Amino acid sequence: MEYFLQLFFSGLSKGSVYALIALGYTMVYGIIELINFAHGEIYMIGAFTGLIVAGLLTALGWPVLAILAIAIVVAMFYSGAYGYTVEKIAYKPLRNAPRLAPLISAIGMSIFLQNYVMLAQTPDFLPFPNLVPDFAFMQPFKSFLGTSDLFIIVASIVVMAALNLFIKFTRMGKAMRATAQNRKMALLVGVNVDHVISMTFIIGSSLAAVGGVLIASHMGQINFYIGFIAGLKAFTAAVLGGIGSIPGAMLGGLVLGWTESFATGYVSSDYEDVFAFLLLVLILIFRPAGLLGKQRAQKV
Amino acid sequence: MAAESFVKNLKKSAVAALWLSFLTMPIMVIRVDTVEKTIAWRWMHLVWMLVGSFVFALAWHFLMDRRDRGGAATDANVEPTPSRFAVWLANPRVNRPLMALGLLFATAFPFLFSVYQTNILISALIYVVLGLGLNITVGLAGLLDLGYVAFYAVGAYAYALLNHHFHLGFWAVLPVGGILGAFFGILLGFPVLRLRGDYLAIVTLGFGEIVRLVLQNWDAFSFGPSGVSNIDRPGFFGITYSVDQATTYIYYLALLGVLLAIFVSGRLKDSRVGRAWLALREDEIACQAMGIDNTKAKLLAFAMGATFAGFMGVVFAAKTTYINPASFTFMESAMILAIVVLGGMGSIPGVILGAFLLMLLPEYMRAFSQYRMLLFGATMILVMVFRPQGLIRARRKIYKVNINTVDKA
Amino acid sequence: MKSRWIMTVAGMAMAGLLLVGCGKKDEDKNANATASSDKIVIGVAGAHSGDLASYGLPTLNAAKLVAKDLNAKGGINGKQVVIEPMDDQCKPELATNAATKLVSEKVNLVIGHICSGATKAALPIYKDAKIIVISPSATSTELTQNGEYPNFFRTISYDLVQGKAGAEFAVSTLHVKKVAIIHDKGDYGKGFAESAKKALEDGKVAQVAMFEGVTPGGVDYSAVVQKIKNSGADCVLFGGYHPEASKIIIQMHQKGLMIPFVSDDGVKDDTFIKTAGKDAEGVYATGPQILADNAIYKKAFADHKKEFGTEPGAFFPQAYAAALALTNAVAKAGSTDFDKVAAALRSEYVETPVGKIKFDAKGDAEGASFSVYQVKSGKYELVK
Repeated sequence: MEYFLQLFFSGLSKGSVYALIALGYTMVYGIIELINFAHGEIYMIGAFTGLIVAGLLTALGWPVLAILAIAIVVAMFYSGAYGYTVEKIAYKPLRNAPRLAPLISAIGMSIFLQNYVMLAQTPDFLPFPNLVPDFAFMQPFKSFLGTSDLFIIVASIVVMAALNLFIKFTRMGKAMRATAQNRKMALLVGVNVDHVISMTFIIGSSLAAVGGVLIASHMGQINFYIGFIAGLKAFTAAVLGGIGSIPGAMLGGLVLGWTESFATGYVSSDYEDVFAFLLLVLILIFRPAGLLGKQRAQKV
Repeated sequence: MAAESFVKNLKKSAVAALWLSFLTMPIMVIRVDTVEKTIAWRWMHLVWMLVGSFVFALAWHFLMDRRDRGGAATDANVEPTPSRFAVWLANPRVNRPLMALGLLFATAFPFLFSVYQTNILISALIYVVLGLGLNITVGLAGLLDLGYVAFYAVGAYAYALLNHHFHLGFWAVLPVGGILGAFFGILLGFPVLRLRGDYLAIVTLGFGEIVRLVLQNWDAFSFGPSGVSNIDRPGFFGITYSVDQATTYIYYLALLGVLLAIFVSGRLKDSRVGRAWLALREDEIACQAMGIDNTKAKLLAFAMGATFAGFMGVVFAAKTTYINPASFTFMESAMILAIVVLGGMGSIPGVILGAFLLMLLPEYMRAFSQYRMLLFGATMILVMVFRPQGLIRARRKIYKVNINTVDKA
Repeated sequence: MKSRWIMTVAGMAMAGLLLVGCGKKDEDKNANATASSDKIVIGVAGAHSGDLASYGLPTLNAAKLVAKDLNAKGGINGKQVVIEPMDDQCKPELATNAATKLVSEKVNLVIGHICSGATKAALPIYKDAKIIVISPSATSTELTQNGEYPNFFRTISYDLVQGKAGAEFAVSTLHVKKVAIIHDKGDYGKGFAESAKKALEDGKVAQVAMFEGVTPGGVDYSAVVQKIKNSGADCVLFGGYHPEASKIIIQMHQKGLMIPFVSDDGVKDDTFIKTAGKDAEGVYATGPQILADNAIYKKAFADHKKEFGTEPGAFFPQAYAAALALTNAVAKAGSTDFDKVAAALRSEYVETPVGKIKFDAKGDAEGASFSVYQVKSGKYELVK
């Protein structure tokens, strides 16, 4: 039973990581139906910005938690700015193009950003300082859950709740929902669609940066390629939960995290990804729109 | 007017340059070492970035203006009138000799150029066939497949393993590769029949990854990550030959494969099945209402596309003589998809051009060494932004009915 | 009308091939220029972009440094050394392209490839063209041991030796009874893990508690760490590179699992100590013996820092050794002739960062002492 609980919490923290990154995928998809392959790279850039801020502030001798807070804020800002710029360059000109064109420019953008960071920084792995101190009250639970795991779980819950409130109750959130439902109608009732799309990219990207900094601090290292696998997994999580649905991204992330964790624990970590993808296929066969996705009636 | 817009562009570019420099400042300028607590400031990078992004933004705005001016006519639903050049090319008196010349050149190629040139051209030719295969699934039938490389892997491993264990030759395995490819295509096709659009994409992606992971982990079957080496090159009536000669030989095999693939996919496109696929792509429900069996059409599209990949997998294994799972990653599927979309979905010449572009470009960019993948990514974005329909737009066949003759009849 | 697309195809093919043709002409000029008799061209093939670039680029840097030194001294026998980088992203199919490109540019010698898979794919091409290849990092046992490639040499010890050394050290020095073997699913890591497993099973002293791979680049390894803990193992043998090793060791310590961690050459890298920080303390890694006072290594290290502004990365000492051995052999042989250089590599000892080495008949380095290191106060120190 203890082993089961250990695996459960492993899956929980891993799933929260996926969920944090998946939120960005799901938001962008909900609004413009684009799989933003460059999202993983935005997450990576967030982590790098966090590292640079942490490096500067550590040299000045600031306390760890203050560094963490500032690193997250700056990384959110820069990632948001990158998301905004990427949308302007690679997706906005393709708004009326065939559906697959932005997908390819997204893949191109992903390759470009990876190599840009590799060339500007280093191809090697860089150590990332641990910005989350071990809290004394977490000591008894150490074998289940570390403080940084706790931070990631709490952060993803807070972010998700805040996002949900934002979308339900603010003007901008309303505009987003309208755009997601029907872009032309939203335009007709006076929603500035370009503005809404930009906002979506900015918010989604800054959330990825939160994940980037926390996970980099948890893992202790980063390089230019970390966004690729994290992005792929997060995307899987987003689809699993029903792409376009914010609680779906959270649920999808957790389900994916647990599947991998239990597959490793009870079968073999050789096949954890096989199980993860098999689960995805199975769920989509029986619920073709994902766990919490809306089954839309087909219009004839 | 022109001067006015130029000044406007100048201003816009200056703003863009400032913004991009600000954006890239932390990553371009600062390098920190958190262990030794050292910080390197590289301000020169910022200067380059300012100048570079200004020039880039200027060119971008200029091209964008041009695109938007010309773009009004190229609405997706309106068939643009063919340019004079296209009309000239369409004349059989012009195109037949041109085609013959091209074929002649392709035939003489290995004798004119070095082994390296031939070798990379083989890769490009293999990707032409892969592109044409995926074009059936994605371009014609509209089923987005992100795991196409799985079928390629099936073909390659079929040859590698059969050759390793039973010493079967290239020609014996070639049909096996194709059949296995088709079989896996149907295997994937069944569960995804109900899925649409991007859900289909992610399931196929998952399928591709499952195949690769199984090959990577199931040592007893596939030798795991260390792969299969010393695969025989294709036999030629039992004659042994050097690597150079083998390259030439495989080049002709690949060329033959391409011609065959062009012929087959061209005929398929205009056949009854091809029309069913096009209908399926445009509207599934309407397609069903017209009496087309959706299930059959979809499975056929998957199977046909996969067969091409199965064949090419065998050729690939014979060419490199060594394969391991690292050659069949998701990035490979993405590249093949990029060939199809960049070249022009559904257009056969487009796919061929796309394959040549995406496969030869990285090779010729070797001069840029470390910068080549950066430029490659940028090229992909630029091509898509400035030619969203692909390099060569697919053309619908137009049937003209002459009313007069109808009246008489 | 009907054959419009056919002609477009032909047109496109023509255009494409013309492009190829033009490229070819320029290249011939280059090739002639580089392969002319007053220069020695060394191709450096490996991953210079993509996810494995961090293992390929240090080798390129090492080759550049050695060439720069030699050229400053007037080159080899009066000939300047030119480095020709060739990217293969560690993919077999790109490796064959890179190899044929190097062959058609008539390079004299090759340092590379980095990954075993890419090396396996490229070697037949070099063998056919009679080009000496020396790899700093391709560890697959069969490359030298099956005797198929007389043109292949390496400055790193192979999987079988490394895995056995790791396993024997764990059993005889650490006296462990249950070993958890973890690898990174790559050809290098799994090769190490498998030979370690075989050595343990043959030794019959310790048992293998689990044998599993982790996905490289994964965001969290706590599940596999919990499994190690649950298996009751008293030692972890890890085959793979330092990024995964440091993630696993950090998470092991987070979960309170404090058992010895023994790993391979891919972990015996200063980057590992930097990324794992205090968690790296006490980790064992097998590797070629680099004496702390090895003057050549010290110089190479300082040069790298001066030239590129960073500390050298993975396989840098081996690559530096490969470049030194190769250029030394050419100098001794007096030409770049295949047989002479191969003979010189097999007979002439040379001082390198990995010791005073020459190569045996199969192509493996002789004289490179091989030992186990432990991280002590932020540094790898020799254990035995």
